[in-house]
Amino acid sequence: MLHTLGLLLGCQLLGEVAARGFGLPMPGPVLGLALLLLIFSVMPTLTERLRPTTTVILANLSFLFVPAGVGVIGSFAVLSEDVIALLAILFLSTVFSMLAAVGTFIGVRYATARWVP
Amino acid sequence: MTEVTSLWSYLATSPLIWLTATIFAYLVADGVARHLGNPPWANPVLLSVLLIIPVLWLTQTDYTAYFEGAQFIHFLLGPATVALALPLWDNRDTIRTSVAPIVLALLTGSIVAAGSAIILARAFGLPTEVLLSLAPKSTTAPVALGISEAIGGIPALTAVLVIMTGIIGAVTVTPLMNLLRITDWRARGFAVGVAAHGIGTARAFQVNPVAGAYASIAMALNALLTSLIVPLLVRWLV
Repeated sequence: MLHTLGLLLGCQLLGEVAARGFGLPMPGPVLGLALLLLIFSVMPTLTERLRPTTTVILANLSFLFVPAGVGVIGSFAVLSEDVIALLAILFLSTVFSMLAAVGTFIGVRYATARWVP
Repeated sequence: MTEVTSLWSYLATSPLIWLTATIFAYLVADGVARHLGNPPWANPVLLSVLLIIPVLWLTQTDYTAYFEGAQFIHFLLGPATVALALPLWDNRDTIRTSVAPIVLALLTGSIVAAGSAIILARAFGLPTEVLLSLAPKSTTAPVALGISEAIGGIPALTAVLVIMTGIIGAVTVTPLMNLLRITDWRARGFAVGVAAHGIGTARAFQVNPVAGAYASIAMALNALLTSLIVPLLVRWLV
């Protein structure tokens, strides 16, 4: 477990350093994710050592969003009188975005499937 | 009475109580959701929040005090994001065969997420500041806050909108995809990852591991793309 946490935090730390150092538009943890993929490609056996702890973390991913979620309700005042309009926009825009992504994904898969033997 | 008061004043200033409360609230919320068979509306994040908020009100605890304890959980979002490398690695073979759908669905999903928010905000006549805060709502919080600040939005408002988008995406994805009879877990996961970042990704993992892996890719790539696309869309549409 400590190996896993050390490696995850180490990747995040290097990601943060790179993001801030080079002024990249990606957050540190996302660069850390890319770095860990790179490490896996060099040392594929490492994945099995990381698997137990990583599985526990990812199985409880929702839990990690609870503090931020509580903050949202606490700051409902920020939304002021626009709250109904904002909720409607968020709902519509999120549904539109999912429709666009899923439509493109399925469409492109179908179109390219013919070219793959 | 004074003993109770001093006990409370100790607890109120210690991170222990709110850390513990958050864990138990989640255990209850997740237990209820599982018991019901994880229906989309019983989102564990939303249920936990609904359990914690009344307690904060009753004890007159402000968010800063709550966060003293909850920050330890919040902090783990960083390493958890790095940990998404494992499901991506596990699915590398299928991912390699779907590069074209991934790239193009990322483009359309990301552009529609930001573009439709801007257009709708204008249609509803919202103030420009609010509109700018809304534009990066579909990407992960740290990126969204940075973009919001850079284009002249209100980062605090963006933080709220990002979390609400995540919950809306997590709650709507299953009924929407079932309605459209989409059975491809890759496409379903990818869509919710683009539109609803980490909270959507958490929902995808709850439903299917392949959907979770594709949601992770979408979330990670969208973190990059949104920061490039939103400033451009704002220039064209605002």
